[in-house]
Amino acid sequence: MTLIGPNGAGKTTLLRLLLDLTKPSSGSIWRLPGLRIGYMPQRLQIDSSMPMSVERFLLLGQPGMDVAQAQKALDRVGAGQLLKASLANLSGGEMQRVLLARAASRKPQLLVLDEPTQGVDVGGQSELYQLIATLRDELGCGVLLVSHDLHLVMAATDRVLCLNQHICCHGHPEQVSKDPAYLELFGDKVAPYTHQHNHQHKLSGDIADAGECIHDHPKKTPSNKK
Amino acid sequence: MVDFSELLHSQFLWYALCAGLLVAVVSGPLGCFAVWRRMAYFGDTLAHSALLGVTLGFVLHIMPTLAVGATCCLLAVLLMYLQRRQKLAVDTLLGILSHSMLALGIVTVSLFQIKVDLLSLLLGDLLAVGSHDLVLMSVTAVGILALLYFLWEKLLAFTLHEELASVEGISVERVRMALMLMLALLIAIAMKVVGVLLITALLIIPAAAARKLSRTPEKMALLASLIGCLAVVLGLLASILWNTPAGPSIVLAASLFFLICQLRPLGSK
Repeated sequence: MTLIGPNGAGKTTLLRLLLDLTKPSSGSIWRLPGLRIGYMPQRLQIDSSMPMSVERFLLLGQPGMDVAQAQKALDRVGAGQLLKASLANLSGGEMQRVLLARAASRKPQLLVLDEPTQGVDVGGQSELYQLIATLRDELGCGVLLVSHDLHLVMAATDRVLCLNQHICCHGHPEQVSKDPAYLELFGDKVAPYTHQHNHQHKLSGDIADAGECIHDHPKKTPSNKK
Repeated sequence: MVDFSELLHSQFLWYALCAGLLVAVVSGPLGCFAVWRRMAYFGDTLAHSALLGVTLGFVLHIMPTLAVGATCCLLAVLLMYLQRRQKLAVDTLLGILSHSMLALGIVTVSLFQIKVDLLSLLLGDLLAVGSHDLVLMSVTAVGILALLYFLWEKLLAFTLHEELASVEGISVERVRMALMLMLALLIAIAMKVVGVLLITALLIIPAAAARKLSRTPEKMALLASLIGCLAVVLGLLASILWNTPAGPSIVLAASLFFLICQLRPLGSK
Protein backbone atom coordinates (compact mmCIF):
# COMPACT_ATOMS: atom_id res chain seq x y z
CA MET A 1 0.00 0.00 0.00
CA THR A 2 1.51 3.31 -1.01
CA LEU A 3 0.49 6.80 -0.02
CA ILE A 4 1.18 9.45 -2.62
CA GLY A 5 0.17 13.05 -3.02
CA PRO A 6 1.63 16.54 -3.32
CA ASN A 7 3.36 18.37 -0.50
CA GLY A 8 0.98 19.23 2.28
CA ALA A 9 -1.49 16.59 1.18
CA GLY A 10 -1.56 14.99 4.60
CA LYS A 11 0.48 11.88 3.91
CA THR A 12 2.72 12.24 6.91
CA THR A 13 -0.21 13.30 9.08
CA LEU A 14 -2.08 10.16 8.15
CA LEU A 15 1.00 8.10 8.90
CA ARG A 16 1.49 9.78 12.27
CA LEU A 17 -2.14 9.11 13.12
CA LEU A 18 -1.77 5.46 12.26
CA LEU A 19 1.37 5.20 14.36
CA ASP A 20 -0.32 6.89 17.31
CA LEU A 21 2.15 9.79 17.23
CA THR A 22 -0.66 12.31 16.75
CA LYS A 23 -4.10 12.07 18.28
CA PRO A 24 -6.98 12.42 15.84
CA SER A 25 -9.14 15.51 16.35
CA SER A 26 -12.17 13.47 15.36
CA GLY A 27 -12.94 9.94 14.33
CA SER A 28 -11.35 6.81 15.62
CA ILE A 29 -8.65 4.39 14.59
CA TRP A 30 -8.86 0.66 15.03
CA ARG A 31 -5.60 -1.19 15.49
CA LEU A 32 -5.00 -4.87 15.84
CA PRO A 33 -3.98 -5.31 19.47
CA GLY A 34 -0.32 -6.30 19.74
CA LEU A 35 0.46 -5.47 16.12
CA ARG A 36 4.22 -5.50 15.59
CA ILE A 37 5.15 -2.45 13.59
CA GLY A 38 8.54 -1.84 12.03
CA TYR A 39 8.89 1.88 11.48
CA MET A 40 11.46 3.54 9.30
CA PRO A 41 11.45 7.29 9.94
CA GLN A 42 12.10 9.81 7.21
CA ARG A 43 15.54 10.54 8.56
CA LEU A 44 17.56 10.08 11.66
CA GLN A 45 19.80 12.94 12.60
CA ILE A 46 22.22 11.90 15.23
CA ASP A 47 24.20 14.49 17.10
CA SER A 48 27.86 13.87 16.40
CA SER A 49 28.50 14.22 20.11
CA MET A 50 26.89 10.84 20.64
CA PRO A 51 29.20 7.89 20.12
CA MET A 52 27.01 5.12 18.75
CA SER A 53 27.96 2.31 16.41
CA VAL A 54 25.55 0.79 13.92
CA GLU A 55 25.82 -2.45 15.87
CA ARG A 56 24.74 -0.79 19.11
CA PHE A 57 21.90 0.99 17.33
CA LEU A 58 20.54 -2.26 15.94
CA LEU A 59 20.67 -3.93 19.34
CA LEU A 60 19.28 -0.95 21.26
CA GLY A 61 16.01 -1.72 22.96
CA GLN A 62 15.68 -5.09 21.24
CA PRO A 63 16.27 -7.70 23.91
CA GLY A 64 15.96 -10.67 21.53
CA MET A 65 18.75 -9.52 19.23
CA ASP A 66 22.38 -10.59 19.28
CA VAL A 67 25.34 -9.45 17.23
CA ALA A 68 25.00 -12.27 14.70
CA GLN A 69 21.39 -11.33 14.05
CA ALA A 70 22.33 -7.68 13.69
CA GLN A 71 24.95 -8.67 11.11
CA LYS A 72 22.36 -10.76 9.28
CA ALA A 73 19.88 -7.89 9.27
CA LEU A 74 22.54 -5.62 7.78
CA ASP A 75 23.61 -8.22 5.21
CA ARG A 76 20.03 -8.52 4.06
CA VAL A 77 19.87 -4.82 3.18
CA GLY A 78 23.31 -4.98 1.58
CA ALA A 79 25.06 -2.98 4.27
CA GLY A 80 26.94 -5.77 6.04
CA GLN A 81 30.21 -3.88 6.14
CA LEU A 82 28.67 -1.13 8.27
CA LEU A 83 28.32 -3.10 11.51
CA LYS A 84 31.19 -1.40 13.30
CA ALA A 85 30.77 1.99 11.63
CA SER A 86 29.82 5.04 13.63
CA LEU A 87 26.20 6.00 13.16
CA ALA A 88 27.06 9.69 12.87
CA ASN A 89 29.40 9.10 9.91
CA LEU A 90 26.97 7.29 7.62
CA SER A 91 25.98 8.75 4.27
CA GLY A 92 22.32 9.36 3.49
CA GLY A 93 21.90 6.11 1.60
CA GLU A 94 23.76 4.06 4.18
CA MET A 95 21.63 5.50 6.95
CA GLN A 96 18.43 4.60 5.10
CA ARG A 97 19.61 1.02 4.76
CA VAL A 98 20.52 0.80 8.42
CA LEU A 99 17.12 2.19 9.39
CA LEU A 100 15.45 -0.34 7.11
CA ALA A 101 17.53 -3.11 8.64
CA ARG A 102 16.39 -2.09 12.09
CA ALA A 103 12.74 -1.88 11.09
CA ALA A 104 12.90 -5.30 9.41
CA SER A 105 14.81 -6.93 12.25
CA ARG A 106 11.82 -6.50 14.52
CA LYS A 107 10.03 -9.13 12.42
CA PRO A 108 7.15 -6.73 11.87
CA GLN A 109 3.69 -7.61 10.72
CA LEU A 110 3.42 -4.15 9.26
CA LEU A 111 6.36 -2.23 7.86
CA VAL A 112 5.79 1.53 7.84
CA LEU A 113 8.16 3.55 5.70
CA ASP A 114 8.12 7.33 5.49
CA GLU A 115 9.80 8.39 2.25
CA PRO A 116 12.46 5.71 2.47
CA THR A 117 14.50 6.99 -0.46
CA GLN A 118 15.12 10.51 0.76
CA GLY A 119 18.66 11.53 -0.03
CA VAL A 120 19.32 8.44 -2.11
CA ASP A 121 20.50 8.70 -5.72
CA VAL A 122 18.31 7.39 -8.55
CA GLY A 123 20.14 4.09 -8.90
CA GLY A 124 19.93 3.51 -5.18
CA GLN A 125 16.24 4.35 -5.17
CA SER A 126 15.12 1.49 -7.37
CA GLU A 127 17.49 -0.81 -5.53
CA LEU A 128 15.93 0.20 -2.24
CA TYR A 129 12.41 -0.39 -3.53
CA GLN A 130 13.41 -3.79 -4.79
CA LEU A 131 14.83 -4.51 -1.38
CA ILE A 132 11.59 -3.50 0.27
CA ALA A 133 9.67 -5.82 -2.03
CA THR A 134 12.04 -8.69 -1.19
CA LEU A 135 11.72 -7.99 2.50
CA ARG A 136 7.95 -8.02 2.20
CA ASP A 137 8.03 -11.45 0.59
CA GLU A 138 10.50 -12.77 3.16
CA LEU A 139 8.72 -11.41 6.21
CA GLY A 140 5.23 -11.83 4.86
CA CYS A 141 4.34 -8.42 6.25
CA GLY A 142 2.19 -5.60 5.02
CA VAL A 143 4.01 -2.51 3.78
CA LEU A 144 2.71 1.01 4.14
CA LEU A 145 4.83 3.47 2.24
CA VAL A 146 4.83 7.22 1.78
CA SER A 147 6.61 8.16 -1.39
CA HIS A 148 7.28 10.80 -4.00
CA ASP A 149 8.95 8.46 -6.44
CA LEU A 150 5.84 7.86 -8.51
CA HIS A 151 7.46 6.03 -11.39
CA LEU A 152 9.13 3.50 -9.09
CA VAL A 153 6.22 3.07 -6.73
CA MET A 154 3.62 2.54 -9.39
CA ALA A 155 5.50 -0.50 -10.67
CA ALA A 156 5.87 -2.33 -7.41
CA THR A 157 2.88 -1.61 -5.21
CA ASP A 158 -0.42 -3.43 -4.90
CA ARG A 159 -2.59 -0.53 -3.84
CA VAL A 160 -2.14 3.19 -4.12
CA LEU A 161 -3.88 5.82 -2.08
CA CYS A 162 -3.58 9.29 -3.53
CA LEU A 163 -4.13 12.04 -1.00
CA ASN A 164 -4.64 15.74 -1.38
CA GLN A 165 -6.32 16.77 1.86
CA HIS A 166 -8.92 14.19 0.98
CA ILE A 167 -8.61 10.85 -0.76
CA CYS A 168 -8.29 11.71 -4.44
CA CYS A 169 -8.37 8.19 -5.66
CA HIS A 170 -7.25 4.79 -4.63
CA GLY A 171 -6.91 1.31 -5.94
CA HIS A 172 -4.55 -0.71 -8.10
CA PRO A 173 -1.69 1.36 -9.54
CA GLU A 174 -2.83 0.86 -13.12
CA GLN A 175 -6.31 1.94 -12.27
CA VAL A 176 -5.06 4.92 -10.29
CA SER A 177 -2.66 6.09 -12.95
CA LYS A 178 -5.58 6.37 -15.34
CA ASP A 179 -7.79 8.06 -12.80
CA PRO A 180 -8.58 11.63 -13.86
CA ALA A 181 -7.90 12.85 -10.33
CA TYR A 182 -4.45 11.35 -10.41
CA LEU A 183 -3.75 12.72 -13.87
CA GLU A 184 -4.79 16.14 -12.71
CA LEU A 185 -2.47 15.89 -9.77
CA PHE A 186 0.57 14.53 -11.46
CA GLY A 187 -0.06 14.58 -15.21
CA ASP A 188 0.72 11.56 -17.35
CA LYS A 189 4.37 12.17 -16.81
CA VAL A 190 5.51 13.56 -13.51
CA ALA A 191 4.62 17.12 -14.35
CA PRO A 192 4.73 20.11 -12.06
CA TYR A 193 1.81 20.06 -9.74
CA THR A 194 -1.35 21.62 -10.98
CA HIS A 195 -4.51 20.71 -9.26
CA GLN A 196 -7.73 21.87 -10.76
CA HIS A 197 -11.00 20.91 -9.30
CA ASN A 198 -14.41 21.83 -10.43
CA HIS A 199 -15.43 21.69 -6.83
CA GLN A 200 -14.43 23.62 -3.75
CA HIS A 201 -12.68 22.33 -0.69
CA LYS A 202 -13.54 23.48 2.75
CA LEU A 203 -10.55 24.29 4.90
CA SER A 204 -10.89 20.90 6.50
CA GLY A 205 -10.32 19.27 3.15
CA ASP A 206 -13.85 18.00 2.86
CA ILE A 207 -15.63 18.67 -0.36
CA ALA A 208 -17.87 21.67 0.08
CA ASP A 209 -20.34 20.86 -2.63
CA ALA A 210 -19.96 17.47 -4.16
CA GLY A 211 -22.33 18.37 -6.98
CA GLU A 212 -20.87 17.37 -10.29
CA CYS A 213 -17.28 16.32 -9.95
CA ILE A 214 -15.29 15.33 -12.92
CA HIS A 215 -13.82 12.60 -10.83
CA ASP A 216 -15.31 10.24 -8.40
CA HIS A 217 -14.69 11.22 -4.81
CA PRO A 218 -15.31 8.83 -2.00
CA LYS A 219 -17.36 11.07 0.25
CA LYS A 220 -15.60 10.32 3.49
CA THR A 221 -12.53 11.31 5.35
CA PRO A 222 -9.54 9.01 5.07
CA SER A 223 -10.41 5.56 6.27
CA ASN A 224 -8.05 4.02 8.72
CA LYS A 225 -8.22 0.38 7.97
CA LYS A 226 -4.55 -0.19 7.65
CA MET B 1 52.89 25.95 53.43
CA VAL B 2 49.80 23.90 54.20
CA ASP B 3 50.16 21.15 56.78
CA PHE B 4 48.71 18.15 54.98
CA SER B 5 48.79 15.67 57.86
CA GLU B 6 46.61 18.03 59.84
CA LEU B 7 44.29 18.54 56.93
CA LEU B 8 43.78 14.81 56.53
CA HIS B 9 42.17 14.76 59.94
CA SER B 10 39.87 17.65 59.32
CA GLN B 11 36.31 16.52 58.84
CA PHE B 12 35.14 19.34 56.62
CA LEU B 13 37.65 18.39 53.97
CA TRP B 14 36.43 14.81 53.78
CA TYR B 15 32.82 15.99 53.66
CA ALA B 16 33.72 18.36 50.87
CA LEU B 17 35.51 15.64 48.94
CA CYS B 18 32.63 13.17 49.32
CA ALA B 19 30.07 15.77 48.27
CA GLY B 20 32.14 16.75 45.25
CA LEU B 21 32.67 13.15 44.17
CA LEU B 22 28.97 12.31 44.55
CA VAL B 23 27.95 15.16 42.31
CA ALA B 24 30.69 14.39 39.80
CA VAL B 25 29.67 10.73 39.52
CA VAL B 26 26.02 11.61 38.85
CA SER B 27 26.71 14.49 36.52
CA GLY B 28 28.81 12.27 34.24
CA PRO B 29 25.98 10.33 32.59
CA LEU B 30 23.43 13.13 32.98
CA GLY B 31 25.92 15.54 31.42
CA CYS B 32 26.21 13.18 28.45
CA PHE B 33 22.47 13.43 27.89
CA ALA B 34 22.69 17.19 28.26
CA VAL B 35 25.33 17.21 25.51
CA TRP B 36 23.60 14.70 23.23
CA ARG B 37 20.22 16.36 23.52
CA ARG B 38 21.65 19.89 23.55
CA MET B 39 20.15 20.69 26.90
CA ALA B 40 22.99 22.79 28.27
CA TYR B 41 20.86 25.88 28.45
CA PHE B 42 18.11 23.90 30.09
CA GLY B 43 20.38 23.07 33.02
CA ASP B 44 21.34 26.69 33.26
CA THR B 45 17.70 27.76 33.46
CA LEU B 46 16.98 25.32 36.26
CA ALA B 47 20.04 26.54 38.13
CA HIS B 48 18.87 30.14 37.86
CA SER B 49 15.74 29.24 39.78
CA ALA B 50 17.83 27.99 42.69
CA LEU B 51 17.93 31.40 44.37
CA LEU B 52 14.14 31.44 44.43
CA GLY B 53 14.27 27.96 45.94
CA VAL B 54 16.61 29.13 48.68
CA THR B 55 14.35 32.02 49.65
CA LEU B 56 11.27 29.84 49.59
CA GLY B 57 13.06 27.37 51.82
CA PHE B 58 13.93 30.17 54.20
CA VAL B 59 10.39 31.51 54.32
CA LEU B 60 8.79 28.09 54.72
CA HIS B 61 11.52 26.77 57.02
CA ILE B 62 12.57 23.90 54.80
CA MET B 63 16.12 22.74 54.24
CA PRO B 64 17.56 24.78 51.35
CA THR B 65 18.58 21.73 49.30
CA LEU B 66 15.05 20.31 49.53
CA ALA B 67 13.47 23.63 48.67
CA VAL B 68 15.77 24.10 45.69
CA GLY B 69 15.07 20.55 44.53
CA ALA B 70 11.32 21.16 44.70
CA THR B 71 11.59 24.49 42.87
CA CYS B 72 13.74 22.99 40.12
CA CYS B 73 11.36 20.06 39.66
CA LEU B 74 8.39 22.42 39.44
CA LEU B 75 10.19 24.55 36.89
CA ALA B 76 11.09 21.47 34.86
CA VAL B 77 7.44 20.44 34.72
CA LEU B 78 6.40 23.99 33.80
CA LEU B 79 9.02 24.04 31.05
CA MET B 80 7.79 20.78 29.58
CA TYR B 81 4.26 22.07 29.56
CA LEU B 82 5.25 25.37 27.93
CA GLN B 83 7.40 23.64 25.34
CA ARG B 84 4.43 21.71 24.11
CA ARG B 85 2.07 24.68 24.03
CA GLN B 86 4.27 27.51 22.83
CA LYS B 87 5.22 28.50 19.34
CA LEU B 88 8.40 30.13 20.60
CA ALA B 89 11.77 28.50 20.09
CA VAL B 90 13.05 26.60 23.06
CA ASP B 91 16.04 28.86 23.67
CA THR B 92 13.77 31.92 23.74
CA LEU B 93 11.51 30.20 26.22
CA LEU B 94 14.47 29.17 28.37
CA GLY B 95 15.88 32.68 28.26
CA ILE B 96 12.61 34.15 29.45
CA LEU B 97 12.18 31.66 32.25
CA SER B 98 15.76 31.63 33.43
CA HIS B 99 16.08 35.37 33.89
CA SER B 100 12.56 35.81 35.24
CA MET B 101 13.35 33.19 37.85
CA LEU B 102 16.62 34.84 38.79
CA ALA B 103 14.95 38.25 39.06
CA LEU B 104 12.09 36.79 41.08
CA GLY B 105 14.62 35.18 43.39
CA ILE B 106 16.49 38.41 43.99
CA VAL B 107 13.29 40.39 44.51
CA THR B 108 11.95 37.90 47.05
CA VAL B 109 15.27 37.96 48.87
CA SER B 110 14.94 41.70 49.38
CA LEU B 111 11.19 41.55 50.08
CA PHE B 112 11.60 39.07 52.91
CA GLN B 113 14.82 40.77 53.97
CA ILE B 114 16.65 37.49 54.02
CA LYS B 115 20.35 37.53 54.61
CA VAL B 116 21.69 35.30 51.89
CA ASP B 117 25.34 34.93 51.13
CA LEU B 118 24.93 35.57 47.41
CA LEU B 119 28.52 34.79 46.58
CA SER B 120 28.45 31.33 48.13
CA LEU B 121 25.17 30.68 46.36
CA LEU B 122 26.55 31.70 43.00
CA LEU B 123 29.94 30.07 43.32
CA GLY B 124 29.28 27.20 45.71
CA ASP B 125 30.35 26.63 49.28
CA LEU B 126 31.87 23.20 49.17
CA LEU B 127 33.88 23.49 52.35
CA ALA B 128 30.72 24.25 54.34
CA VAL B 129 29.02 20.93 53.51
CA GLY B 130 27.69 19.34 56.69
CA SER B 131 26.72 15.79 57.56
CA HIS B 132 23.01 16.49 56.95
CA ASP B 133 23.81 17.81 53.51
CA LEU B 134 25.90 14.78 52.79
CA VAL B 135 23.16 12.33 53.73
CA LEU B 136 20.63 14.14 51.59
CA MET B 137 23.07 14.29 48.68
CA SER B 138 23.90 10.59 48.94
CA VAL B 139 20.25 9.58 48.93
CA THR B 140 19.52 11.79 45.91
CA ALA B 141 22.60 10.62 44.05
CA VAL B 142 21.84 6.94 44.60
CA GLY B 143 18.25 7.54 43.51
CA ILE B 144 19.31 9.24 40.29
CA LEU B 145 21.90 6.57 39.50
CA ALA B 146 19.36 3.79 40.05
CA LEU B 147 16.84 5.49 37.79
CA LEU B 148 19.52 6.04 35.15
CA TYR B 149 20.45 2.37 35.29
CA PHE B 150 16.89 1.17 34.82
CA LEU B 151 16.01 3.66 32.10
CA TRP B 152 19.36 3.61 30.29
CA GLU B 153 18.29 1.81 27.09
CA LYS B 154 15.06 3.77 26.90
CA LEU B 155 16.88 7.05 27.42
CA LEU B 156 19.29 6.21 24.61
CA ALA B 157 16.52 5.20 22.21
CA PHE B 158 14.60 8.34 23.12
CA THR B 159 17.68 10.49 22.50
CA LEU B 160 18.32 8.92 19.10
CA HIS B 161 14.85 9.34 17.66
CA GLU B 162 11.79 10.15 19.72
CA GLU B 163 9.23 8.97 17.21
CA LEU B 164 11.01 5.72 16.48
CA ALA B 165 11.20 5.08 20.22
CA SER B 166 7.50 5.88 20.57
CA VAL B 167 6.48 3.52 17.76
CA GLU B 168 8.61 0.79 19.32
CA GLY B 169 6.63 1.06 22.52
CA ILE B 170 8.55 3.42 24.78
CA SER B 171 6.40 5.93 26.63
CA VAL B 172 8.36 8.93 25.46
CA GLU B 173 6.69 11.51 27.68
CA ARG B 174 7.50 9.56 30.82
CA VAL B 175 11.14 9.13 29.83
CA ARG B 176 11.40 12.83 29.03
CA MET B 177 9.90 13.72 32.39
CA ALA B 178 12.27 11.37 34.20
CA LEU B 179 15.29 12.94 32.50
CA MET B 180 14.14 16.47 33.36
CA LEU B 181 13.48 15.58 36.99
CA MET B 182 16.84 13.85 37.34
CA LEU B 183 18.52 16.97 36.03
CA ALA B 184 16.52 19.15 38.40
CA LEU B 185 17.53 17.02 41.40
CA LEU B 186 21.16 16.96 40.34
CA ILE B 187 21.16 20.72 40.17
CA ALA B 188 19.73 20.94 43.66
CA ILE B 189 22.58 18.86 45.09
CA ALA B 190 25.27 20.38 42.88
CA MET B 191 24.47 23.91 43.99
CA LYS B 192 26.44 23.47 47.18
CA VAL B 193 29.45 22.18 45.26
CA VAL B 194 29.99 24.58 42.39
CA GLY B 195 27.23 27.15 42.83
CA VAL B 196 24.44 28.29 40.56
CA LEU B 197 26.69 29.95 37.98
CA LEU B 198 28.90 26.98 37.35
CA ILE B 199 26.57 23.97 37.50
CA THR B 200 26.24 23.78 33.74
CA ALA B 201 30.02 23.66 33.48
CA LEU B 202 30.22 20.63 35.72
CA LEU B 203 27.50 19.01 33.63
CA ILE B 204 28.87 19.75 30.19
CA ILE B 205 32.65 19.90 30.41
CA PRO B 206 33.43 16.36 31.63
CA ALA B 207 30.98 14.89 29.11
CA ALA B 208 32.46 16.94 26.29
CA ALA B 209 35.97 15.92 27.33
CA ALA B 210 34.96 12.26 27.37
CA ARG B 211 33.54 12.39 23.84
CA LYS B 212 36.91 12.19 22.14
CA LEU B 213 37.94 9.13 24.13
CA SER B 214 34.84 6.98 23.76
CA ARG B 215 33.19 4.83 21.14
CA THR B 216 30.09 3.79 23.05
CA PRO B 217 27.59 5.84 25.05
CA GLU B 218 28.31 3.79 28.18
CA LYS B 219 32.02 4.44 28.00
CA MET B 220 31.40 8.14 27.47
CA ALA B 221 29.19 8.29 30.56
CA LEU B 222 31.71 6.44 32.73
CA LEU B 223 34.61 8.51 31.48
CA ALA B 224 32.66 11.70 32.10
CA SER B 225 32.11 10.60 35.70
CA LEU B 226 35.78 9.76 36.07
CA ILE B 227 36.93 13.08 34.62
CA GLY B 228 34.48 14.87 36.90
CA CYS B 229 35.89 13.06 39.93
CA LEU B 230 39.47 13.87 38.98
CA ALA B 231 38.47 17.49 38.51
CA VAL B 232 36.92 17.54 41.99
CA VAL B 233 40.07 16.12 43.57
CA LEU B 234 42.38 18.44 41.69
CA GLY B 235 40.17 21.48 42.25
CA LEU B 236 39.90 20.81 45.95
CA LEU B 237 43.64 20.33 46.19
CA ALA B 238 44.26 23.60 44.38
CA SER B 239 41.81 25.39 46.58
CA ILE B 240 43.71 24.22 49.68
CA LEU B 241 47.15 24.92 48.26
CA TRP B 242 46.45 28.37 46.92
CA ASN B 243 43.39 29.27 48.94
CA THR B 244 41.20 29.67 45.84
CA PRO B 245 37.40 29.20 45.92
CA ALA B 246 36.65 25.47 45.58
CA GLY B 247 33.82 25.54 43.01
CA PRO B 248 35.59 27.60 40.35
CA SER B 249 38.80 25.62 40.94
CA ILE B 250 36.96 22.39 40.19
CA VAL B 251 35.47 23.83 37.02
CA LEU B 252 38.91 25.06 35.93
CA ALA B 253 40.37 21.61 36.52
CA ALA B 254 37.61 20.11 34.37
CA SER B 255 38.35 22.63 31.62
CA LEU B 256 41.98 21.62 31.78
CA PHE B 257 40.98 17.99 31.20
CA PHE B 258 38.84 19.07 28.28
CA LEU B 259 41.80 20.88 26.71
CA ILE B 260 44.07 17.88 27.20
CA CYS B 261 41.50 15.60 25.58
CA GLN B 262 41.33 17.91 22.57
CA LEU B 263 44.99 17.19 21.92
CA ARG B 264 44.10 13.72 20.71
CA PRO B 265 44.03 13.63 16.93
CA LEU B 266 40.64 13.90 15.27
CA GLY B 267 40.84 10.54 13.53
CA SER B 268 40.29 8.47 16.64
CA LYS B 269 36.76 8.42 17.84
